[in-house]
Amino acid sequence: MTDSTPTIPSRSDTTQTVRNGLRRRYAAERRFKIYGVAAIGVALLMLAIMFGTIIGNGWSAFRQTYVQMDVLVDAAEIDPDGNRDPKVLSRGDYEGLIKAALREMFPDVKKRKEKRELYDLVSSGAAFDLRDEVMADPSLVGQTVSVTVHASDDVDMYMKGYISAEVAEDERRVSDKQIARIESLREQGRISTGFNLRFFTGGDSREPELAGIAGAALGSLWTMLAVLVMAFPMGVMAAIYLEEFAPKNRWTDIIEVNINNLAAVPSIVFGLLGLAVFLNFFGMPRSAPLVGGLVLALMTLPTIIIAGRAALTAVPPSIREGALGLGASRMQMVAGNVLPLAMPGMLTGAIIGMARALGETAPLLMIGMVAFIVDLPKGPLDAATVLPVQIFLWADSPERAFVERTSAATIVLLVFLILMNLGAVLLRKKFERRW
Amino acid sequence: MLKRVLTLAGLALVIGAGAAEARDQIRIVGSSTVFPFSTAVAERFGKTTDFKTPVVEATGSGGGLKLFCAGVGVQHPDITNSSRRIKASEVKMCAGNGVAEIVEVKIGYDGIVIANSKKSPQYELTLKDLFLALAKDVPDGEGKLIPNPYKTWKDVNPDLPAAKIEVLGPPPTSGTRDAFVELALEGGCKRFDWIKALSKSDKNQYKAICHTIREDGAYVEAGENDNLIVQKLEANPDALGVFGFSFLDQNSDKVQGSKIEGVEPEFDLIAEGEYPVSRPLYFYVKKAHVGVIPGMAEFLAEFTSDKAWGEEGYLTDKGLIPMPDDERKEWTARAMGLAPLAM
Repeated sequence: MTDSTPTIPSRSDTTQTVRNGLRRRYAAERRFKIYGVAAIGVALLMLAIMFGTIIGNGWSAFRQTYVQMDVLVDAAEIDPDGNRDPKVLSRGDYEGLIKAALREMFPDVKKRKEKRELYDLVSSGAAFDLRDEVMADPSLVGQTVSVTVHASDDVDMYMKGYISAEVAEDERRVSDKQIARIESLREQGRISTGFNLRFFTGGDSREPELAGIAGAALGSLWTMLAVLVMAFPMGVMAAIYLEEFAPKNRWTDIIEVNINNLAAVPSIVFGLLGLAVFLNFFGMPRSAPLVGGLVLALMTLPTIIIAGRAALTAVPPSIREGALGLGASRMQMVAGNVLPLAMPGMLTGAIIGMARALGETAPLLMIGMVAFIVDLPKGPLDAATVLPVQIFLWADSPERAFVERTSAATIVLLVFLILMNLGAVLLRKKFERRW
Repeated sequence: MLKRVLTLAGLALVIGAGAAEARDQIRIVGSSTVFPFSTAVAERFGKTTDFKTPVVEATGSGGGLKLFCAGVGVQHPDITNSSRRIKASEVKMCAGNGVAEIVEVKIGYDGIVIANSKKSPQYELTLKDLFLALAKDVPDGEGKLIPNPYKTWKDVNPDLPAAKIEVLGPPPTSGTRDAFVELALEGGCKRFDWIKALSKSDKNQYKAICHTIREDGAYVEAGENDNLIVQKLEANPDALGVFGFSFLDQNSDKVQGSKIEGVEPEFDLIAEGEYPVSRPLYFYVKKAHVGVIPGMAEFLAEFTSDKAWGEEGYLTDKGLIPMPDDERKEWTARAMGLAPLAM
């Protein structure tokens, strides 16, 4: 090679060249493998860091600090007429009862500021919990009831160790006196930590200890239902027509290119479309999961069509020819033979598309689903928000206790996504056929 | 199966189209600064009355007013929050769309703090320091402008530490940014007499000088998420961050607010109007919707009650700086009487 005079290399020359290069080639192969392993390693490391931080930050939100109190349900305060009228009962001053019970526990508190600090130990939701209890059982009026109420977020943070007693008093949210009170409550066995049920059953709240993800989860459910109902039949029909019936001409080519392009359009564009068409033109309600579902259905449609067509192409032509040969019409052939065989692949595509839709926030911003909504949505037309939006809203809240809740909500969203993807994998495993 | 699914889809569409008829839930849009307060009132209102909990969206002050002014009717919001006063042009836009009567309610104040990590010493800044450190062009001392040459705080003011100028703040879409620019930068900018004179002779030039933040990396747009800024300050002790007072209040073990013009960013000092970088917060009510959408009057009553926005109300727990007693009384009267907006 280096010689200027070309000679035909002898056999032993070739062997020698190969042998000389062999070490280099092996080394190159080893390096190549190492690059691959390193790439996987980095990806796994990132994943581990992500899960590590999210779970590390979030697990404590599944537990909540409770305070056990003995509250005198004073008939004079909440039921002056004594006839247990639910309307009167529901308007009673339960906050006053809770405050009185707190003063009872700490009779030494006199000053206004100290009282305020004392009241801050329990959640403002305590009064509503007590009200619900009394409403459910009016015979409690006039008795002293032992209730377990949510501690306030600051107490909860202190109990979980996020607020240290060692930093200077004016630099933390819990004062020295409050800490002394918490410790005395703890000695009396009145403070307990338990499973945070409300996190899974409650709607959003501005008080971290009362905030739950049920509202957002239900909103996601309604939205996904709307996506499924809208996008799946449409996507399947489009795929079947394009694959089985449509003639191959310039028009179908244009349509195909456009569908592929549509799959890559940024999701916010679908939000703008939804705002212009569904809200402004059709006058549909803002913040409704139905509209969110429509927008996300448009977004998922190309994915479903592409996956559906791939699933249809995977069905071997012999199946079609067999059906046609036995006298089936084209429609019978598609509905009776091809579609059932392609269905698992189509469902997988639909689930993957919906998993992506489940994590979307950008298009929902435009149609008003990024909102503070307390009431649980009872149908696809009630105002609702979705899981990723809830995460976004909590991440933006000043209260320290929302930090762990943000991570906890992320865990819930990840669990949903993993379940959906697992469903897709299982479906494929169960029904997949190889020819 | 397919048939049933298709019928369902069709049905859902029909229901959806016909759903915009009635609404029994108050809808609130607007500023993300007012959002924490508005939502707190909405939640209380939902719990203590038989009305549904209002839906609150954070769309930004400008975006909120745009939605609010789009018209009268159930598809338009009833209330918009704003971290600045409504502009004359917006009132005109409202009137053009039939929203003639607007009730203005001032709810209190919000302080904007310039904070850094507790690991570093506290800064004592003047508005002039802030202007010189963050403006795109600064005066060169001879009545001319030069591109901002300052690299460290010491360059700006010899009394300040020799740390690199690095300020994390909100992006231009944020109302906090608008207020910061107007109160802090313009406040410092006005200290130069010849620039101040421009505000009369050449308003555009004046605004261009006072309202333009430098773009060479000293001011870092850190997004709308104030929690993120706090976290970044913790990780980077040399940086300063710009955010709302409530975030300082919640994170006082991690970050400290700088003294501005010698005044600490403390609750009482902001309430008394001593702290220079604070702004009023408002919400606007569509009078035509009062009595149509259930609960509007009651919601106004809840918001303007002392137990909400009073000196010891639950909104102060959320970081709202309340107005003085007589000012509160005046605004309560205006809100309850649905007094129309006077510009």
